[in-house]
Amino acid sequence: MNRTLLDFWVGLFVALGVVAIVFLALRVANQSTLNQANTYVVTAYFHNIGGLKVRAPVKSAGVTIGRVTSIDLDGTTYQAKVLLVIDDVYHFSTDASAGIFTSGVLGEQYVNLETGGEDEMLKQGDTISFTSSALVLENLIGKIVTGMSASGAK
Amino acid sequence: MKAITPALTLIGRKANDAIIRLGAMVQFLLTIIRASAICLRRPSLLIREMYFIGVLSLVIILVSGLFVGMVLGLQMYTTLERFGSGEGVGMVVALSLVRELGPVLTAILFASRAGSAVTAEIGLMKATEQLNALEMMAIQPMARVVVPRFWAGVFSLPLLTAIFNVAGIFGGYLVAVNLIGVDQGAFWSQMQDAVDFRQDIVNGFIKSVAFSVVVMLISVFEGYSAVPTAEGVSRATTRTVVASAMAVLGLDFILTAFMFQGF
Repeated sequence: MNRTLLDFWVGLFVALGVVAIVFLALRVANQSTLNQANTYVVTAYFHNIGGLKVRAPVKSAGVTIGRVTSIDLDGTTYQAKVLLVIDDVYHFSTDASAGIFTSGVLGEQYVNLETGGEDEMLKQGDTISFTSSALVLENLIGKIVTGMSASGAK
Repeated sequence: MKAITPALTLIGRKANDAIIRLGAMVQFLLTIIRASAICLRRPSLLIREMYFIGVLSLVIILVSGLFVGMVLGLQMYTTLERFGSGEGVGMVVALSLVRELGPVLTAILFASRAGSAVTAEIGLMKATEQLNALEMMAIQPMARVVVPRFWAGVFSLPLLTAIFNVAGIFGGYLVAVNLIGVDQGAFWSQMQDAVDFRQDIVNGFIKSVAFSVVVMLISVFEGYSAVPTAEGVSRATTRTVVASAMAVLGLDFILTAFMFQGF
């Protein structure tokens, strides 16, 4: 087989492979793996995070704006310390509130951010002071059951 | 006691042989890496082998990828539909292809299509004393014969895996969207929502690179160490396919256990 034709086929093969990798990277995968350069990190403390997982989305008005990067237990306050990485395009006031919501009845849990009225904006390393914990289904059922038995006793 | 001793000796000998073979294989890999400079000095050798190993494997990879994707699409749709989430079919097809099926199936197909051919070729060169002839002419058979084939395979397999994945996703798309009638926007958006670049695509790529080294090392080693007879070459070819398939599946488990902890 002549040399040029051989080069051509191998070139075509390599090009096809590279196109396939680019296709997988751009079309199949999401690009939400946030770039470190244009994000900022804020901390939020929760009494109970329910089933929140690392890499869960951070949403505001239903739009994904960041990810949960780490979840730890604070050794002194016994609260869950959740680090949120947020896209630098979006800014929230310092009195913004964070809550843990569930998408759908049995869906995944995510952190919901709502902005407040302050003029000053959250910066890298700030802490969100207004938080509401996850709704734990077991506690809710427990309350209903005790409420029912209390009203039944009357 | 008398009856047990020979049995134990036999098991011990088999185990020792296997370990010695593994050691020889690692030494062989080091020799290949030391002689690798020839690929830079004479890239035409590498390109010629990439044609035989990579380009000629394209058809089997494309066709298998397409059908694997189509079957996945059909099977997953019927199961997912029972839970009312048939749109998730794109996500399931893409995740299973990129994470597991793509690297593993491509490596096994590649071992049977290209690895066995490499073993047979090198083994036959040895049987017909061509390797000795090269050495007589002061040409290192290691550098001239083994190294280009090894690197051509190592470069080809990750590219073939990516092509297999794309063909599979396209096959799944054909079945789900064109045949069953899943909404095509939901197909892509659910897929993009679930597949992560670093977690899934890069890990799948690392897998295919690891498989390519293992499959090509087994192929050239079996060929180079084949008994130089017709029977020896046929045995070496069989061993290449069997050992490659087992090594790929075993290694896949280990890599998966490390890569996808907690996901």
